[in-house]
Amino acid sequence: MKNIRNFCVIAHIDHGKSTLSDRLLEYTKTISEREMQNQALDNMDLERERGITIKSHAIQMYYDRGSDGQKYTFNLIDTPGHVDFSYEVSRSIAACEGALLLVDASQGIQAQTISNLYLAIEHDLEIIPILNKVDMDSAMIDEVSDQIIDLIGCEKEDIILASGKTGRGVPDIMEAIVERIPAPEGDVDAPLQALIFDSVFNPYRGVIAYFRILNGTLNKGDLVRFVNTGKEYEADEVGVLRMSQHPQPKLQAGNVGYIITGIKESKEIKVGDTITTVDRPCENAIQGFEDVKPMVFAGIFPLDNDDFEDLRDSLEKLQLNDASLVFEPETSAALGFGFRCGFLGMLHLEIVQERLFREFNMDVITTVPNVSYNLSTKKGEISTIRTPSELPDHNYIEYVEEPYITAQIITKPDYIGTIMTLCMDKRGTLTKQHYLTPDRVELSFDLPLAEIVFDFYDRLKSISRGYASFDYQPIEYRETDLVKLDIKLNGEPVDALSALVHRSKAEAFGRQICKKLKELLPRQQFVIAIQAAVGAKVIARETISALRKDVTAKCYGGDISRKRKLLEKQKEGKRRMRQFGKVEVPQKAFLDVLKLD
Amino acid sequence: MPGLYLHIPFCKQACHYCNFHFSTSLKYRGEMVKAIARELGFRKDYLTDKRLDSIYFGGGTPSLLTAAELAFLFEAISRHFEVSPGAEVTLEANPDDLTPERLASLRQSAVNRLSIGLQSFSEEDLRFFNRAHSADEAARCLDLALEAGFDDLSVDLIYGSPTTTDAQWERNLDEVFRRRIPHLSCYALTVEPQTALDHFVRKGKAPQVDEAQAARQFSYLAQRAASEGYAHYEISNFALPGRYARHNSSYWKGEHYLGVGPSAHSFDGASRQWNVAHNAKYLKALQSESPQGFFEREELSVADRYNEYIMTGLRTSWGVSLEQIQAIDPQAAPHFQREAHIFLEQGQLVQSGGRFFLSPQARFLADGIAAALFW
Ligand SMILES: Nc1nc2c(ncn2[C@@H]2O[C@H](COP(=O)(O)OP(=O)(O)OP(=O)(O)O)[C@@H](O)[C@H]2O)c(=O)[nH]1
Ligand code: SF4
Ligand SMILES: [Mg+2]
Repeated sequence: MKNIRNFCVIAHIDHGKSTLSDRLLEYTKTISEREMQNQALDNMDLERERGITIKSHAIQMYYDRGSDGQKYTFNLIDTPGHVDFSYEVSRSIAACEGALLLVDASQGIQAQTISNLYLAIEHDLEIIPILNKVDMDSAMIDEVSDQIIDLIGCEKEDIILASGKTGRGVPDIMEAIVERIPAPEGDVDAPLQALIFDSVFNPYRGVIAYFRILNGTLNKGDLVRFVNTGKEYEADEVGVLRMSQHPQPKLQAGNVGYIITGIKESKEIKVGDTITTVDRPCENAIQGFEDVKPMVFAGIFPLDNDDFEDLRDSLEKLQLNDASLVFEPETSAALGFGFRCGFLGMLHLEIVQERLFREFNMDVITTVPNVSYNLSTKKGEISTIRTPSELPDHNYIEYVEEPYITAQIITKPDYIGTIMTLCMDKRGTLTKQHYLTPDRVELSFDLPLAEIVFDFYDRLKSISRGYASFDYQPIEYRETDLVKLDIKLNGEPVDALSALVHRSKAEAFGRQICKKLKELLPRQQFVIAIQAAVGAKVIARETISALRKDVTAKCYGGDISRKRKLLEKQKEGKRRMRQFGKVEVPQKAFLDVLKLD
Repeated sequence: MPGLYLHIPFCKQACHYCNFHFSTSLKYRGEMVKAIARELGFRKDYLTDKRLDSIYFGGGTPSLLTAAELAFLFEAISRHFEVSPGAEVTLEANPDDLTPERLASLRQSAVNRLSIGLQSFSEEDLRFFNRAHSADEAARCLDLALEAGFDDLSVDLIYGSPTTTDAQWERNLDEVFRRRIPHLSCYALTVEPQTALDHFVRKGKAPQVDEAQAARQFSYLAQRAASEGYAHYEISNFALPGRYARHNSSYWKGEHYLGVGPSAHSFDGASRQWNVAHNAKYLKALQSESPQGFFEREELSVADRYNEYIMTGLRTSWGVSLEQIQAIDPQAAPHFQREAHIFLEQGQLVQSGGRFFLSPQARFLADGIAAALFW
């Protein structure tokens, strides 16, 4: 056990975690030259396409240390940097004794550098500060080093200068991992206590759980019990995670690995549960993870009503691999049976919808997301509003409260003005302004959560030319003036597009949605009227003219297969539409309508 | 009986709307003619039936070929194939090439039908299209061709252009109908990707084409042609009785054809293949010892064949027949009937015997309807 080191790689988004992990994998020959590709641990198609990490990824490496002739086992967990996936980071941290904290030398300390650092400190992780991307011309080595020293109170010598591009600093990092990160503690002879920190559904093998053993030993073939669910299984296979799964006869305290028990039912396993043996169970379950607090809610409905049960099954399986996803059944007048799901943000919502399609072949419609509100009625009843249909007529309402967050924005002084304007526009108030250095300022705002879930981050990035980072925490509920905005297509309300908005924002929002829908809806053989209304009052409208011409002029030898393929695609698009009255709405439109510019 | 298509990939200048394959450099014309002749020999076995019922010189601008070059190609054709007596032999020609001398020489060749890329009788249209000919040349070439004894003529016209008023469109049709030209192809101006026109529209230098105008001019065309005694036998094609374009009809009737020259397409009933749309690559391949890799090929699945049949059949006045659908696959007929139901109800499809046609009002919506009937 003294030769095991468990650590995660944490940083702000894009600061180079996955790239530096590549270099460590290379250095330890965990990955062959042939297998090597950039950000090798980002193995989901979605991660590769978007160039971001979505899932934490655990991998084991061996380090042959020259100086003491010893062989060390490293369990590395690469984590995502985007706020929407912070739950991945917090669970990874629970499996580690140390963290490599990366800071991009050209960007400096950013908001998630700070929030992820505090997560790690909270769990007593040993922090190894790494100044990354020092190969860049724009690297500000001294300046950012000072920022790091200020932030974590380390010595200048503690900071390792590294580059995931050139491989600089990798040997120093290897040494620091051995020397600075404590070996795991734990008793191999004690009753088994292993914490499940992640899981995944495999169509052939059933549920695969990833765990960290705190105490005891887990042998292949052991009869194990999952403490919270009380269910018992045989450990069909246990092993360690290299580039692929490597089965082992046993795993001992301090190590990270996987277990396959043949469970097919996703419900039978819960991330945060403790694994012990039936023979000699441990006395206490390990304290699991805090429940996630979803930030936004949206309905997810199967495109085809008959697929409701399949959708439930898919969501359950997806939840195994995305512990931050929560859902419960919901019904809608227009869309039938579906689920009200909670997400950590809009990117999370988008990824869930994509993964449902790619991994489970589920075509879904996503309703306009909203945060949850507290409702007090005139009769003195108190309830939670999570869908637009739950907002009663204003005669019944005593008051409604909406969630507020406190936001920390780190930027350059040049951008204070524009950022203030943006936050005011978002109904925010400045609570603090604090210079970290003469060149970097931290602004704190109280803002309604509803205002930041949509386009806040993108706008922040663009007005500050990328020189602003952002983090937030929920604070409290405050009274608000909420209205329900309905969207009608040829007079027919489309409840999937209804939204809850602040009265002052209703008109602008309605106008944007109508405009966007005009771009997204295919023309049909009749005129389509798009209207946004609050109650009976129409506040915005657009019209789509009737389709007059839908025919190719020329169709000769060369045009036939090209045209056929085009029409086939069109037909496929039609299959993925939902009809409201006579108007057809493509499935894609439901999500794209929210990408307001 | 099968048809033969020869693609002559050269033009004097690039029309702004055109997305066909051609080069405006005529440097390799001689070599190209030889390469095409070589391909003919090389691919003669593509057609199981060697008796050609139609030959079509398309492009590009085949009227750029000299009499000697044409003769050379005919010589190659007759070496490898048997040309049926009475075969339709069409040459696409641009008005600026149709001088009295040229017409006389063409009369001496095997060409017995001219398809004239006339497009419009209005100078404003022709300039907007960047055509090489003038409005005068447009009108004159028709009279010259008729005088030269070419009574089998087809004229191409374009409507729906921002430069084409309804009155001008009427005048264009007057010119053609007045001369009783037996065949007429009329195309709605289409902004094809990666054309000069596309670029101008994006940059705001040319207006978007107006669909309502196109629909209006199309409907005028259909009514006018009917009253002049022309059959509207394909969405863009009109003919006096019995004067249908045989070669082009083979595309819609699923008949076999061999296409030679860069970008030319071939069909043998079970697969389609198309040559590279690149003169240099084509030449290089055809000049090598054993030409290969100059085409791509696609096997058609049952669904592909059904879809193509629906797509092309519905464009014609012959429509599609349940019997033929059944012949493609027994499962296809019930599928077709199920999907066709709504269009029959809306009056966009009309049934007569075992055949289904688009109603006149639905013709301009043919693509969407075909797609809905697809497998
Ligand atoms: N010049 C330079 N570029 C780097 C270096 N490390 C990473 N990059 C680039 O920075 C971008 C982000 O790298 P990633 O490794 O994906 O960053 P990440 O921290 O894993 O990102 P997330 O997981 O999405 O938070 C990529 O375009 C990399 O090529 C480095 O050391 N030098
Ligand atoms: S329209 Fe005809 S003449 Fe004009 S560029 Fe195209 S092929 Fe050449
Ligand atoms: Mg990453």
